[in-house]
Formats: sequence, structure tokens, C-alpha cells
Amino acid sequence: MIDIEAFSCQELVELVTDYLEGALAPADLRRFEEHIAGCDSCTRYLEEFKRTIELVGALTPVDVTPEAESELLEVFRSWRAQPGRNEAGS
Amino acid sequence: MEQTDAELVAALRAGDDETYRRIVREWNSSLVRVAQIFVPTRSLAEEAVQETWLRVLGALDRFEGRSSLKTWVFRILVNTAKTRAQREGRVLPFSALHDPSRIPEASVDPERFLADDHDRHPGGWSSPPPELPEDRLIAAETREVIAKAIDALPATQRAVISLRDVEGWSSEEVRNALDLSEVNQRVLLHRARSKVRQSLEDYLA
Repeated sequence: MIDIEAFSCQELVELVTDYLEGALAPADLRRFEEHIAGCDSCTRYLEEFKRTIELVGALTPVDVTPEAESELLEVFRSWRAQPGRNEAGS
Repeated sequence: MEQTDAELVAALRAGDDETYRRIVREWNSSLVRVAQIFVPTRSLAEEAVQETWLRVLGALDRFEGRSSLKTWVFRILVNTAKTRAQREGRVLPFSALHDPSRIPEASVDPERFLADDHDRHPGGWSSPPPELPEDRLIAAETREVIAKAIDALPATQRAVISLRDVEGWSSEEVRNALDLSEVNQRVLLHRARSKVRQSLEDYLA
């Protein structure tokens, strides 16, 4: 019988994103979940990691500055004004 | 009011300002973040984004819809930013983007774990994560800490966490836009998230 060695805490913290992304192989998933079930510190770590993702997700994406937006609009308008541009497409 | 890619392309071809402005507003911060993987400053990144739009508009008639419009635009951006970086003699962070595992990086300071040969708990926490008080986690200053932690990341990690966790892209969208393998996308995302979590701990504990 093959004895599957348990993950250490130090190994587990490297696998949290793999776990959350559903990328762990079935045997590793079992080892991950068994470790979490018996380890308060790693349970806390996993909770904090998930909380971090939520908080990052609550950040508002940076708005385009008015200057950058008007420069980009200028790109669009000069493209649009090009003679010979085929509006209907080919 | 989601428009399909075909509708967006048709509106752009017809010269519709509003459609263009909406796309710019929605994608610009991501475009700049991705360009910053390749060029060193924000203003160079913004120039690369402008050049990208010039190329995108010029090539609109050739957009075939084999990828999404977004993926196509980001691919053009990556090429544009790479070319600009080469022109300026910058060494591209290819290894950082395409083989991040070559440079190992611990998610948590190794000092916080017991040695591998510890008799009772090898590799266990010696300095476990402290509790982070929820009332402070949701405070406005904490958002600042998170934003700063993201800004301080290496550009590739910053781009991946911004696209995935701030902008809410799927892993597939990020992989396609940046031409990353599944594994490398995950490595970069994990490193970024680990550092942001650590910065919260440093700030709150």
C-alpha cells in the first residue's frame, strides 16, 4: 500500500491558488482538505487568503484620466477622418 | 446592455464615438497595466496603448472573430509594447512572464515554519498567521494598503492580479491575452495574492 504523505503547512501555503482554481489532482485535493480539517493555522491562512481575494475584488478599477481619454478619442477621430477609409468595410 | 463583438466592430467601423469611448473606459486600466509589463513607465505604457488603438482601428476590417475582440486587442497591445521595449533596448521580462517557476519565491517567509527535520511538526507553522480584525479589514485605509501592495508587485504579477481579481477576467481570458500557460498564470496569480495577503497581515496584526 502506498502511504500518501501529508502536506506540511509550508507546502500547503504554496497550493492555495491551485486549490481555489480547482487545479489540484484528486490525491492532492484530498491531502489538502485533510490537512485543513486538522490545522487551525492553515484554516485561518486559507480564510485570510480568500478574504484577500474578495477585498482585491472590491477595489474599483482605476478610471482612465480625462487627458488620456481625450488623447485616445483623438486617435479615433483622426482615424475616422482618414480619406479613403471604407466605412462600410470591404 | 452587452453588445456582441460583431456589433462593437460594426459600431467602431461606422465611426461611433460612444462605443469607442465606452470600450476605452472599460479596458484602459487593464491595457495600461499589461503594457507596463514591457515598458518601464506609465507614460510609455499609455503611448503603447495609443499606438495599439491606431493599429486596432487600422486592422478592424481584418478582425475575423476567431478570438474575442478583447483578446485580439490585448494581443496587439502585447506585440506593440514588446516592439517598443525592444526599440528602447530593454531586456524583456520573458522569463518572468513565461517561466516564473525558474525563480522560486516563497508564499510565506520560510522563517515562519519549523525546520523540515523538526521531530514533531516538520514544516509546521512556528509563527502562525494572526487573526485579522474584520472591522479594520473593511476600513477605507485598508483599501489603500491593498492598492499600494498591488502597485508594488513586479509588473507581471501586478497585471495578472489586476485582470483576474480586480477586473474579474477568467483565467482563460488572461491566458489568451498574455499568451500564458495555465500553470504560469496560476503561479503569477498566487505570488501576487500571497504578497497582498502578507501586506494586510503586516498592516493589521
